[in-house]
Amino acid sequence: MTEPTLADWQEMYAALWRIRLFEGHVQRLAAAGEIPGFPHLSTGQEAVAVGVCTQLARDDVLFTSHRGHGHVLAKGSDIEATFAEILGRQNGLCGGRGGSMHLVDAANGVLGATGVVAGNLALAAGAAWAAQAQGRTNISVVFFGDGATGAGVFHETLNLAALWRLPLLFICENNGYAEFTSREEHSNVKHVSSFAAPYGIATQTIDGNDLPTVFAAAALAIESLRRGAGPYLLECMTFRMAGHYVGDSQQYRSKEELAEVLEKCPIERLKRYLVERGVNPEELDAIGARTKIEVHQAVERALAGPRPDPATVLEFVYRAPALAAIQG
Amino acid sequence: MQPTFIEILRRALDEELARDPAVHLLGEDVAAGGAFGVTRGLAQKHGSTRVRNTPISEAAITGLATGAALCGLKPVLEIMFIDFATLSMDCLVNQTAKYRFMSGGQLRVPLVVRTQAGAAGGAAAQHSQSLEAWFIHVPGLVVVAPSTPAEAYGLMKSAIRLGEPVLFIEHKRLYTMKEELAEGAELPPIGRARIARAGTDVTVIAYSAMVHSALAAAQTLQEDGVSAEVIDLRTLLPLDMPTIAASVSKTHRALVAHEAVRNGGVGAEIAARIGAELFDELDAPVLRVGCGFAPIPFAPELERALLPGSADIVRAARKIMGLAG
Repeated sequence: MTEPTLADWQEMYAALWRIRLFEGHVQRLAAAGEIPGFPHLSTGQEAVAVGVCTQLARDDVLFTSHRGHGHVLAKGSDIEATFAEILGRQNGLCGGRGGSMHLVDAANGVLGATGVVAGNLALAAGAAWAAQAQGRTNISVVFFGDGATGAGVFHETLNLAALWRLPLLFICENNGYAEFTSREEHSNVKHVSSFAAPYGIATQTIDGNDLPTVFAAAALAIESLRRGAGPYLLECMTFRMAGHYVGDSQQYRSKEELAEVLEKCPIERLKRYLVERGVNPEELDAIGARTKIEVHQAVERALAGPRPDPATVLEFVYRAPALAAIQG
Repeated sequence: MQPTFIEILRRALDEELARDPAVHLLGEDVAAGGAFGVTRGLAQKHGSTRVRNTPISEAAITGLATGAALCGLKPVLEIMFIDFATLSMDCLVNQTAKYRFMSGGQLRVPLVVRTQAGAAGGAAAQHSQSLEAWFIHVPGLVVVAPSTPAEAYGLMKSAIRLGEPVLFIEHKRLYTMKEELAEGAELPPIGRARIARAGTDVTVIAYSAMVHSALAAAQTLQEDGVSAEVIDLRTLLPLDMPTIAASVSKTHRALVAHEAVRNGGVGAEIAARIGAELFDELDAPVLRVGCGFAPIPFAPELERALLPGSADIVRAARKIMGLAG
């Protein structure tokens, strides 16, 4: 992708807000008991989602983690359908069968979030292999947290992806926490990018809260993948503004650490970047205000959607009619 | 000369590779022919991208095959021993089986996981198990366990064409079995059992290698004047209850025989369903024949002492019939 224009940056500024506001509604409605289960918010990590996904084509496939709302939105999935799925409604992406941790929007290349940490890595490698085997040029992108590096399948997948030169982009969102446990407590390896070198995988560790930095690094990585240079691991150092899940009191984090929120906020940082380049801050505020209405209206439509019919609970287990008839 | 189970299965894979460019074989050593030679020569014939060796990484290759199946391929993944499927379990249970359901029908996983199971002399506790019961507990999976070479040929083709995730369990003791393949025969449907031997007095429900023990037992029982009907389940999940019900409604007596341990096994499921759905038809309790509750031992004397066989089936059938000894 060529250097973004000011209009592109403003689009991305809106995309950051879209995720921030969306997660705000998730937090509000989860606390109010309107959302079943325990959603995980990506608040504070928006720049990674937007910096990477903005540059993906519709047929590039995306696999994400339990903290995946932002990636799905940044890939361009419908706000209402995404929110409705998190609400468990029939108008949701998966008809309420998946929920927050299992968002799928196949037509938009979103092939799935997973509730099992590291469970999506090998699936993404398989999608990359399918593209390679069928001579297609689309790439596969997988988002995961630093906690996933504790799983064996992370290392297995790095080996396989490098060995087969798969068009697979590993995006690690290193927010310093595996659930409640800090990186220092769960690994001696400070940077996830260190794992790439032994397999000969190209890698970079970057400031994941600075959108221009993420955009430039992702552009480089994607270009390299499309050239057929094999997998790439981009480690984005980021900051989880919210807890592990909605309701997490975060007693394991210091006041000083949480006070860094504003300084690290990717929205504030992009705003400063754009204002320094001559954009009128009021123009940016107007974008924020417009996005607020857009998200609010989509959430209202999602909330007005029907609940799934209990009589359909056994659907979608098997497709073959002969099997569905005897599935009990 | 009649072909062996291995040769017939290889032919099925060969023909499916030729028929459909989406079919790909992958697994540890498959391009080299596989541990038992099932895929021998296929990489040479179809190319090393269609028949591909993988690292010893069961978790990753199961995910890889699943992800590829989501994106247009029809992978046939070999997990060399079912004992190693423990390492594939997260993907098979949490991802593969549930993808269609969790996505509300947007995606499907046309995948066959070939594996082999069972005891065949000295393979010991980690290469001899019959773990099929773990998989019949998972909605979304299909579990197939063929009993003969010709059955394996047809069922493998049907499994590849089904469009669902299928665990295809081959019994290593059957690999050397020979059988003529009827050319042009219709492919057996997945989810349908077959009557391996017709009878009137007692229904013996079996699958995989145990079908042969059941047939041998039926021969012995006939000499006692007992007519046993043998059902070869072929598909363990979903279970073909209509075929079982038709047979039990005729014989009014049933036993289930498998090489796996009885506790929490396929037989327990079938016995429970017969009890619940066909109680009025029964003249006797449903009995189970299975492996003693211990790991498979190494020494041949111990292995023989543990594994169930036709004598156990005869004994159980006689008990059901109210005959002495």
